[in-house]
Amino acid sequence: MDSAIVIASVLTIMTAATPLVFAALGELIVEKSGVLNLGVEGMMIVGAICAFATAVTSGSAFLGIIVGMLAGAGLSLLFAILTQNLMANHVATGLALTIFGIGLSALIGDGFAGQKLDPLPKGIPGLSDIPVIGPLLFGHDILVYFSIVATGAVAWFLTKTRAGMILRAVGDNHDAAHSIGYSVIKIRYMAILFGGAMAGLGGAYISLAYSPLWAEGMTAGRGWIALALVVFATWKPWRAFLGAYLFGGVTIIQLIIQGYGINIPAQFLSMLPYLATIVVLVVISRDKYLVKMNAPACLGKLFHASH
Amino acid sequence: MFGSTWKKTIGALAVATGMAAAGQAAAEDTKVGFVYVGPISDHGWSYMHNVGREAIEKELGLTTTYVESVNEGPDAERVITKLAKDGHNLIFTTSFGFMNQTLKVAKRFPNVKFEHATGFRRSDNVSTYSARFYEGRYVVGHIVGKMTKTNTIGYIASFPIPEVIRGINATILGARKVNPDVQIKVVWVNTWVDPGKEGDAAKALIDQGADVIMQHTDSPSPLQVAQNRGVWAVGQASDMKTFAPKSQLTAIIDNWAPYYVARAKAAMDGSWKSEDTWGGFKSGMVQLADYNEAIPADVVKLAEEVRVGITDGSIHPFAGPIKNQAGEVIVPEGEVADDKTLLGMNFYVEGVQGELPQ
Amino acid sequence: MLLKLESRGEISRSMLYATPLIAVVLTLITGFFLFVFLLDPSKNASAFDALYTFFVDPVIASGGIAELLVKATPIILCAIGLSMGFRANVWNIGAEGQFVIGAITGTIVVLAFYDVESVFILPMMMVAGTLGGMAWAAIPAFLRTRFNTNEILVSLMLTYVAVLVLSWAVHGPMIDPDGFNFPQTRLFHDSALLPIIWEGTRLHLGAALMLLVVLAAWLIISRHLIGFQIRVIGMAPKAASYAGFKEKKLIWLTLLVSGGLAGFAGILEAAGPAEQLVPTFPQGYGFTAIIVAFLGRLHPVGIFMAGLLMALTYLGGENAQIMLGMPKSVTGVFQGMLLFYLLATDVLIRYRVRIGSAVAKSANA
Repeated sequence: MDSAIVIASVLTIMTAATPLVFAALGELIVEKSGVLNLGVEGMMIVGAICAFATAVTSGSAFLGIIVGMLAGAGLSLLFAILTQNLMANHVATGLALTIFGIGLSALIGDGFAGQKLDPLPKGIPGLSDIPVIGPLLFGHDILVYFSIVATGAVAWFLTKTRAGMILRAVGDNHDAAHSIGYSVIKIRYMAILFGGAMAGLGGAYISLAYSPLWAEGMTAGRGWIALALVVFATWKPWRAFLGAYLFGGVTIIQLIIQGYGINIPAQFLSMLPYLATIVVLVVISRDKYLVKMNAPACLGKLFHASH
Repeated sequence: MFGSTWKKTIGALAVATGMAAAGQAAAEDTKVGFVYVGPISDHGWSYMHNVGREAIEKELGLTTTYVESVNEGPDAERVITKLAKDGHNLIFTTSFGFMNQTLKVAKRFPNVKFEHATGFRRSDNVSTYSARFYEGRYVVGHIVGKMTKTNTIGYIASFPIPEVIRGINATILGARKVNPDVQIKVVWVNTWVDPGKEGDAAKALIDQGADVIMQHTDSPSPLQVAQNRGVWAVGQASDMKTFAPKSQLTAIIDNWAPYYVARAKAAMDGSWKSEDTWGGFKSGMVQLADYNEAIPADVVKLAEEVRVGITDGSIHPFAGPIKNQAGEVIVPEGEVADDKTLLGMNFYVEGVQGELPQ
Repeated sequence: MLLKLESRGEISRSMLYATPLIAVVLTLITGFFLFVFLLDPSKNASAFDALYTFFVDPVIASGGIAELLVKATPIILCAIGLSMGFRANVWNIGAEGQFVIGAITGTIVVLAFYDVESVFILPMMMVAGTLGGMAWAAIPAFLRTRFNTNEILVSLMLTYVAVLVLSWAVHGPMIDPDGFNFPQTRLFHDSALLPIIWEGTRLHLGAALMLLVVLAAWLIISRHLIGFQIRVIGMAPKAASYAGFKEKKLIWLTLLVSGGLAGFAGILEAAGPAEQLVPTFPQGYGFTAIIVAFLGRLHPVGIFMAGLLMALTYLGGENAQIMLGMPKSVTGVFQGMLLFYLLATDVLIRYRVRIGSAVAKSANA
């Protein structure tokens, strides 16, 4: 493999990983607040179609991104009402959200299949032409840069800000947080809405940049992968980022080695990303202390103020 | 925004039934049902079957019904039964995976006529039909063999079934006729539709030197990638030119409409009987989209000669000598592969890189 | 906020039975407006007709009940197994994968004895299928008990792997030798097919076995010591450990039971209506089962009812397509809506709604 192929492959991996980064960051905040939302796939796909429909209709990709995020947040609002106000079980509500989201996206998307969109512009003129580092550093669309900024921002928020500490406190012990006067429900609402918006953004990236078109079910399980990445990352933003790139990497590398003609059934190659995730999960969770330190203690537990 | 397509469909249906009432009498008792494996919005396989359904409504004024995204399994049997019970007297089941279910239901409804796409089991009231897409691939092979500068064709494949393998082989056989050095790199993605993954496969192939991207998956995503990377591509199932106006050399189009209209007519006038149809260029079941203007005139001429040759029977894509990858002769000189060999094809011919995943 | 939830302190019996009805009524009302919005006037169907087509016609059609049971059987079987784990806070969400592996291991028996006509083949298949599902579920059980690895994610990842194993198997070692290399196994021979128990329909022995499993689960949950252990751990893990229950043992037990039932469901589906394995054999029953388990409030009888209701939405969706020309996506939207309403109204079982926050607060304090 020469360097040109390596560079090109890295670019492909970055595009494949970016939607996972967004969705995983969102879910990470949600889980840190003690809420488990398994509806990522549903929010992503609704974000994807709403972003695409808006971008096609209005001609503005930027507007598409905004609407995609709003759509994701809108769907997560349903989840918030059900789990926070009506005390519904997180796992069941999240799964229902996914079923609903996939159906809703198909209903909205009817009529948008077969429409095309120009992908988000890539690269910083001039700089991206520099050999080797040019394409690697400057050859991306704006959302790839934003995914890096967002990861840094989420990491900073969680560890360095007061609001981040409150969020973690709510996730670790909601009764204690409540008794010292924090509004658990309000904080969780905001976390859930943020998670929805980020899942919507991940979906928007898929339908606007990754493959700018609409096809039913086009998120193809990436929302589930984002969920796995959060645990994989032991609820740390930069590790989630790294995890998304690793997962993207394994996915792309199996396509690349097929091009070189090797004799392994394609099904086994397609299994690699999932098996790799399991192996890394095992390695990470062997260390009980590590998981205990980072996992939100109240994850998925219901909270009611009168308790 | 919501449901515009099917509203239009139903609108058309209402007009069409009105017409039918004024015209034919038989039309009133002929109801045609369709079972699709994917959503009609897939812009590929199911979409083209739905175009055929719409042709029946438009040309014959018949009432038609469709059920989309039907799982190949127990659900299919229930849906087909429901259509038969509901008074549909001609039912098209448009995926290989509906074969056993179609035959089972057909046994219980001897007066209903069934048409099963791409299968190989028939009965008194079950016909089978399929298209010789490999004829299109063979012509396309000639074009891409001429157009490639790197002598590398990238091929995104779904699942290693005979249909897909036949397409890969026909392409390389056509390409090698005009360019003995050309080879095909195949990437299996294990899905019919996942635009992200299909696009990634296209990128991986282009990075490895492919300057033509072909696909046997349904989404136009690989064409978009080809367009952005400035390499050639070939559309699949329907004309995908809007997605890659510069890159699409041509597209292999599944044109089911003439067959569907003919069979519905036969059902109306009572001349329908069970048969096996495997149509190609000649019957119009396989078509090529307009050639890209960037293709040199002599290449277009060559491609047309091959297309005409296949249509009149003077050229057969799988004419010997055909060797497998090991160099063994599968079809000797002077013979052509029979339909049985074609139907069950499970080997790569010379020029395909890598081994067939089995 | 004007509406305030107030804990009832105990479970309301009347609400336990009333909430599903409230949810269904709310779904019907919302569905009515959805249909008003979606129906084209040229189809000459009112929203009432649409609701009838969706929810009533599938049941009253001839053979409708049989079809409903056929569709619900694998979902209910998976959900019964999962509910055992959920009661103990063991989150197996990979029933789909265990379902697939069970179908594969059961089918290996079929293909190994393809020339044999014997009454022993079906029981052997069922045992093999159950063991296959158990084995697949043993992986997350082992990783959870040995390495403390989250079973939600491992079981989910293994679902993807299982589907790919199936794809490989039917393209390769298990392919039908007379099938022109199409990816499918042979059609099962008569000894490997479940007998039909209602002539003229597709209702097979599997549905009867499913009913037995529901009854057995009911007995275990209400009478047996294991049922008690499962309940205690689910409600208060700490109390359970004081009581001397072994958490590890329970993780193994619940995962093996849920995996085994999913595998059992898999081979019943293959030997019942499917009659062979194809790559598209799995269609999300394992995931649907998770929701059904919750809708049924983790109780076997509730799960049975919820499974039938879920099956009805699938059949209704097909009906709406055939008779009204509605798009397939309406099914998903309807299922989502129904689930949301059921989950939302569940709150009434444990809480009562009070109007006026200030009053409620002072009453509480």
